[in-house]
Amino acid sequence: MTTDASTQAPSELVSTGKASEALDTRFEAPRSAAPKVRDPRRPDRRTNFELYAWLFMRLSGLLLIVLVLGHLFIQMVVDGGVQKINFSFVAGRWSSPFWQTWDLLMLWLAQVHGTLGLRTIINDYAERNVTRSWLKALLYTSSVFTLLLGTLVIFTFDPNI
Amino acid sequence: MWSWVAHRVTGVLIFFFLFCHVLDTALVRVDPDAYNRVIDTYKNPIVNLMEVGLVGAVLFHAFNGLRVVLIDFWKSGPRYQRQLLWAVLAVWFVLMAGFIYPMTEHTWGVLFGSEG
Ligand code: HEM
Repeated sequence: MTTDASTQAPSELVSTGKASEALDTRFEAPRSAAPKVRDPRRPDRRTNFELYAWLFMRLSGLLLIVLVLGHLFIQMVVDGGVQKINFSFVAGRWSSPFWQTWDLLMLWLAQVHGTLGLRTIINDYAERNVTRSWLKALLYTSSVFTLLLGTLVIFTFDPNI
Repeated sequence: MWSWVAHRVTGVLIFFFLFCHVLDTALVRVDPDAYNRVIDTYKNPIVNLMEVGLVGAVLFHAFNGLRVVLIDFWKSGPRYQRQLLWAVLAVWFVLMAGFIYPMTEHTWGVLFGSEG
């Protein structure tokens, strides 16, 4: 519930209120600017972020089909699941630059895709501004942490540790 | 509507799995023994069942995601959205059938005695 003046009905729907002028309701040409319903504490930015996020969800999704399903197929079907996993398995996998690149790309695309997806979900359900800001702060912090940790591990992996 | 709910739920599920997966794999950078000990705790029928659930969630999310892309970008996509959902479910069943035995083979051995 915000009392922000900018959330009032669009001006073309606002009647002047006087009975004698009831037919005088103003109609304005349609505008492309979206109604402003923002958290008033955040600076007013006009970017295409939402469009790029939408596009990224779809493009990364297509790439992830290959990367994630390939990964699952190899792990679960070819290698029989977690049963076969241990340190030497990982060492064997990451001795190849091909698999290092594969895993790095998969990590970044999945993590950013999942973070943008959860951001949408938080925006949908967390209606209080404070709740929403805190949830997103938590989301972004944990995502940056996970990305950096995962990247570091792939780049600095040492089979002879 | 329900495909959207399922897409959302599976997306969140996979996200939290990914978080845990990066954390436990990061142990390879700390200590091979610690890594092996943690992974060994996953080698039981219950975690295997969760793996099957994960694969089911990923397969649904992936192909329903492809369906969303087709609805958004292919000009006949919206018209065939219902048929596309059936296609997603059909592909899901076929792939699950292919995945299940290889990934649970060991568990059957453990549960019914031929493997320790
Ligand atoms: C395997 C290939 C994948 C494909 C094709 C795919 C596709 C998509 C698409 C197209 C959307 C946007 C839906 C919309 O805007 O209505 C989406 C949403 C989402 N995806 Fe994925 N995705 C994949 C993998 C993943 C992975 C690995 C994760 C987790 C790390 C993930 C988490 C999410 C989340 C949380 C959402 C938001 C759901 C929502 O807004 O309701 N996805 N996915």
